Amino acid sequence: MTSSSLALPAPRSRSLARHPLVERYAPIVMTVLALVAIWYVAAVAMNWSLVRDGFEREETPYAVSDIVAGTMEAERPLLPAPHQIALNFFDTVFGYPPLAPRSLVYHSLVTLSATLLGFLLGTFLGVVLALMIVHSRVLARSLLPWIICSQMVPILALAPIFIVVLGALGLQGLLPKSIISAYLCFFPIAIGMVTGLTSPDPLQIELMRTWSATPRQILWKLRWPAAVPFLFASLKVAITISLIGAIVAELPTGAEAGIGARLLAGSYYGQTVQLWSALVASAVLSWGLISIIALIERAVNRSMGAR
Amino acid sequence: MDPRKFRLGLLLAAAAISLAFVAPLAPGTAKIPARSGLWETAAIAGVLFLRAARFADARGVAPGLAGTILAGVLSLLLLRDPDIAGNAAIGFWAIVIATWLAAAMCVVNLSALRPTGKKRRRAIDIAVPLLFGATLFYLWEVAVRGFGVPPVLLPAPSAAAARFMSSLPTLASDFNQTFIRGVLIGYAIGCGAGLLVAILAHRFEFLGRGLLPLGNFFSALPLVGIAPIMVMWFGFDWPSKAAVVALVTFFPMLVNAIAGLSAAGHIERDLMRSYAASHRQSLTKLYLPAALPFIFNALKINATLALIGAIVAEFFGTPTQGIGFRISTEAGRMAIDMVWAEIALAALAGMAFYGFVTLAERATTFWHPSYRT
Repeated sequence: MTSSSLALPAPRSRSLARHPLVERYAPIVMTVLALVAIWYVAAVAMNWSLVRDGFEREETPYAVSDIVAGTMEAERPLLPAPHQIALNFFDTVFGYPPLAPRSLVYHSLVTLSATLLGFLLGTFLGVVLALMIVHSRVLARSLLPWIICSQMVPILALAPIFIVVLGALGLQGLLPKSIISAYLCFFPIAIGMVTGLTSPDPLQIELMRTWSATPRQILWKLRWPAAVPFLFASLKVAITISLIGAIVAELPTGAEAGIGARLLAGSYYGQTVQLWSALVASAVLSWGLISIIALIERAVNRSMGAR
Repeated sequence: MDPRKFRLGLLLAAAAISLAFVAPLAPGTAKIPARSGLWETAAIAGVLFLRAARFADARGVAPGLAGTILAGVLSLLLLRDPDIAGNAAIGFWAIVIATWLAAAMCVVNLSALRPTGKKRRRAIDIAVPLLFGATLFYLWEVAVRGFGVPPVLLPAPSAAAARFMSSLPTLASDFNQTFIRGVLIGYAIGCGAGLLVAILAHRFEFLGRGLLPLGNFFSALPLVGIAPIMVMWFGFDWPSKAAVVALVTFFPMLVNAIAGLSAAGHIERDLMRSYAASHRQSLTKLYLPAALPFIFNALKINATLALIGAIVAEFFGTPTQGIGFRISTEAGRMAIDMVWAEIALAALAGMAFYGFVTLAERATTFWHPSYRT
C-alpha cells in the first residue's frame, strides 16, 4: 500500500452525465424530444390520407416521399406539424403590429385584460369571504358548505347565461367575462385563505391574547403573515382558472376578439394551424402569469425575512 | 351570540309582522286583516316570534323556526294574488323581512349551540347550511316574483323547478348524452391512463423525472381549449367529449399519482425489500395503497373538471342533445328557465358524482390518519 492512496481521495469523476444540471434537465429534454418525435409521426399518419387524396384528385403522379413532405406543409391538416405551429405563432405574434386584429398579441391582450380584472375581483372576493368566515362561527358553519358545494357544480356551464343576462342588462365587453373569471377563481383563494388564516398554532393565538391583542392586531400580526404562503399557492391555481374562465366566456358570445374567439373561428373555418397557435398563446399566457406570481412570491418572502 | 341581540332581532321580526297588518300589501288591494285565513297565520307567526324572543336561547329555536316557516308560507301564498306579484308594497316586504330576520336569528342561534352528542352535532352541522340555503332560495323566489323581474333575466327557482319536472325526458336524454357517455367514459380513460403512466414513471426513474415537470406544466394549462380540435378529430358525437374529458383528467391524475406513489415511507419500503417482495408485490401491497389518498384527491378534482370539459366541448358542436348544447341553444332562445333547469341537472350530477367519489374514498382509505378519529 502506497502512501499516496491513503492521502488523497481519488479525483471525483466529473463525467458529464453526473453533472447536477444534466441530471436534472436531461430527463425533461429527452421526454420533450420524444413527445415532439411522436407528434411528427402522428402528423404524418393523420394527414396521410388527406394529402394522398389531394394528389389523386389532381391526378399527379406521386411518391411516398411526396406524401410525407406534403403532410408537413398541408394547409388545413388534421394535425399540424410542430414547426408549422411555431411558424404561424411567430408570424402572427411578430408579423403584424401588436394592435392589428390579425395579430395574436392583440387577441392575447383582450383575453389577458379580462383574466386580470377577473382575477383581481376573484382574489378580493375570496380574501373577504375568508376573513368573514374566519371571524364568524355562524358564517363558517352556514356559508362554507355552500361555497364547497358550488365547486361541485360545473360553474362554466353558467357562462352563457351570465353573458346573456348581463348583456340584457346593458353590460357588454370586458366585465361579463371578468365576472365569470372571478366566479371561477374565488374558490381556491377563499379555501386557501381560510386554511392559511386558521393555520397559526392555538398557542400562538393564546400568546397574542395574553398580550391583550385586539382581533385586528391578531389578524395583521399573526394570521395574515401565516396565511401568505397559502395565499400565493392559491393565487397560482386561481390565475390559471381565471384564464380558462376568460377563454370559455369568449366562446358562447361569439366575441370578435380574444383567444376564445380565435379558437372558435379556427374551428368554424377549419384553420387548424391558427387554432393550435391560439392554444400555444394560451399556454404561454398561463405560464407567464404563473411565473410572475412566483416572482412576486419570492420578493414578498424575501421582504418578510424568509430565506 | 349575545342573547340580547337575538331577542332584539326577533322583536324586530314581530314588529315587522305587525307592520304588515296596517301597511298596504300592494297599491289598491285588500290589506291583511281583510283576508280570512291569512291574518290568523300572520298573527300566529308574530306570537311565535315573541315567544322565541322571550327565551332567547336554545329553547327559542323551535318557536322561531315555526314562525319563520309560517311567515315564509304566508308570503308565498300572498304572491299567488296576481295584484301583489310584480308590484308588492311595504306590507308584503315587511313579512319578507320578518321571515329573513327570524331565519337569520335561528341560523345564528343554532350554530352557536355546542351539543355534546355526536349525532346531535352532525344534525346541526347539516341543519345550519340547509336553513341558510333555504333562506337564500326563499329570498331569490320572493325577490323575483315580488319585484316582477322579467323571467328572461332571472327566473324564480320555482319556475325553473316546474320546468325541470315538466321536461324530464329531455333532461334524461341530455344527461345520458353528456354524463353517461361523455363524462364517465372519458373520466375512466383519463384517470386510468394517468394512473398507468404514473406507475410506469414510478418504475422507471428517468421517465418519472422527465414526466413530473411536464405534467405539472400541462396541468396548469387551459387544456379545455383543445375541445375544438377534438371535435374536429372525433366528430360531433360523444367520442369527442370523452376525448376532451380524458385529456383534461389525465394530467391531474398523473401528477397526484406520482406524488402518491412516492409517499410510502422508508421503513415500509425496507420491510418489503427484506421480505424479498417483487416489484409487483410491493406495488399492490404497499405503493398503491399508500397512494390512495392522493389518487382520490385527483379523482375528486377530476370529477368537476370532467363535467366542465364535457359541457364546454359541447359548445363546439353536438348532435341535438346534451347539457352544453341545450344550455347554449336555450340561452339563445331566451328560455332562461330551461337553462336553469339544465344547470340544476348539471349541479345535481356534479354533486352526486363528487359524493360518490367521496363515499368510495371513505370505504377504501378508512385506515388513513385523516379519517381515524
